Amino acid sequence: MSTNLTARLRARLVAALPPEQLLPDSQPEYVRSYVYVFGAMTLASFILLIASGVVLALFGPGWWHASPVGHFFNSIHFWSVQAFFFFMVLHLWAQFFMAAWRGGRRITWLTGAVTFVVSIGAAFTGYLSQQNFDSQWIAVQGKDAMNAIGIGAYFNLLNFGQMYTFHVFLLPVAVAGLTTLHLLQVRRRGVVPPIPPRELGR
Amino acid sequence: MTAGTSRTARRADVDPRPARAVPYDLVREVLVVCGVVLVLVLALSAVFSSPDDPPTTIRSFAQQSPLVFLHTALGDLDGSGEIASYGPPYNQGDHAVQYLGPVSLQKLAGVTIPINTAQDFVLGPLQPLATVEPPVAAALDRFNAASPAQRKAWEAAYGTALDAAVSSGATSLQAPAAAGPVGPMLAGLLEEAQVGSLDGLLLTSSRFYATDYTKPLLFLQGAAMHNRASALNFLGTQWGMMNETGSYPGQAWLWLYTFWYQVPAIATSPNGDAIVWAIMAVLTLLLVLVPWLPGINRLPGRLGVYRWIWRDWYREHPVGPPGGTFGPAGPPGGGPRAGP
Ligand code: HEM
Repeated sequence: MSTNLTARLRARLVAALPPEQLLPDSQPEYVRSYVYVFGAMTLASFILLIASGVVLALFGPGWWHASPVGHFFNSIHFWSVQAFFFFMVLHLWAQFFMAAWRGGRRITWLTGAVTFVVSIGAAFTGYLSQQNFDSQWIAVQGKDAMNAIGIGAYFNLLNFGQMYTFHVFLLPVAVAGLTTLHLLQVRRRGVVPPIPPRELGR
Repeated sequence: MTAGTSRTARRADVDPRPARAVPYDLVREVLVVCGVVLVLVLALSAVFSSPDDPPTTIRSFAQQSPLVFLHTALGDLDGSGEIASYGPPYNQGDHAVQYLGPVSLQKLAGVTIPINTAQDFVLGPLQPLATVEPPVAAALDRFNAASPAQRKAWEAAYGTALDAAVSSGATSLQAPAAAGPVGPMLAGLLEEAQVGSLDGLLLTSSRFYATDYTKPLLFLQGAAMHNRASALNFLGTQWGMMNETGSYPGQAWLWLYTFWYQVPAIATSPNGDAIVWAIMAVLTLLLVLVPWLPGINRLPGRLGVYRWIWRDWYREHPVGPPGGTFGPAGPPGGGPRAGP
């Protein structure tokens, strides 16, 4: 094998994910159920979530309280979150009912589930970043739980600056990174085949 | 596990029969779905908008409920308030300290956000007023020079008068002489609060820019917030966090977390939060590890929802008689490289 590290890295990447597998133009015939679309719906809501969040970020945290246009973008962001979680939960249940971790896809489930947990953190800091009564209440209400297990000593829900930076940078980057990993894993293994009928000796 | 056995395991748990490859446009699918979600979200936003109830300020609190404000301030001064004796991360109290068995993670994390309620919420914020109002300055001097026992006596006298005023339905308080300097001090604090300067004084950092609302929120966290919140069904025992102002969906995905607070034994336990976190930590770990959990990872096969999901496939690929029509040597049915 070549000693050129670049060539070796490329060879490994291409072997793991050849282009026709990364972006295939055909699928096995069992990929016909609409159930497979929930993942794409989750992805679409996430894209919309990021796009509306970027608009809110461009104008700064005070903008949407005073501007009707800003408020509309906040509404888009708000409903994208609701859609994101709605489709993600449908997707999670669908993958569960399909036992989609079969055939070497356990890590795909793992990254998906971790994404779910990190997304909850991202949404939570979002509610804390609203600067309205909901934020105040969630902060004072949530602090006791955070403090009770020692997290509150370092992750202070009452510190708007800290929550805002978590919400607009750290957690979205984490969710986007995990989602990318998740999707690459899906493409690498291909879509999960049906559960074998009992007669075929499971 | 060797590569060989894991490959056999993979064969065994997926349908081994070869699948035809059919044309599929992933990019088109994602674009179409993005369009559908965009229309859905735009419609929801246009019809329902989003909540934005103005925050509670110390000013609005002091103007609307002056006696409740004075009660809060007295608790911060005499140490009977919730935050005064809260414990870590704010101070060394034990009012809110929680344990899991013998261990308190709360105590282990330590005091990282020091708060002395008497100093931070009352005596400190009175300083600016004292520079322009000599009676407040004199009261502060007298209070600071007094013995702890004397201070306690003044505070107790003030508390008695305050309770009497509240139960008589009064809206203001004439502090008795027995309350000594505490009367003019808390009257001064109320004045600062009602004109809005206490909001700023609790926020001000020595560095001019402010992004940390810990102090004003800790000042408001008791009666001020709870009275407004309970009217909105926000309390923990009312599925608190899942709700939003107005009739908006809140963080519905926290349902399992909030669920535990509806269990009486947990809701009334002094360690309730720590218990709920412990339960949720275990359940989250289980969710992440579902594929590895014996029994659970076979459950979908028993539930049979998959038969409906892949109904076309099973209909078109009936299981033949033993030694039937499908070739046993076909590639595993998985993966886009499968099929002809
Ligand atoms: C940001 C959140 C998520 C996005 C954008 C996402 C997206 C996707 C997409 C597009 C697919 C392929 C198509 C499909 O089967 O739907 C997929 C597959 C999968 N997802 Fe997710 N997902 C997310 C979260 C989750 C969660 C929370 C779980 C479960 C805990 C999960 C488990 C799986 C599994 C096991 C597969 C593999 C299915 C297969 O290979 O056919 N995902 N995901």
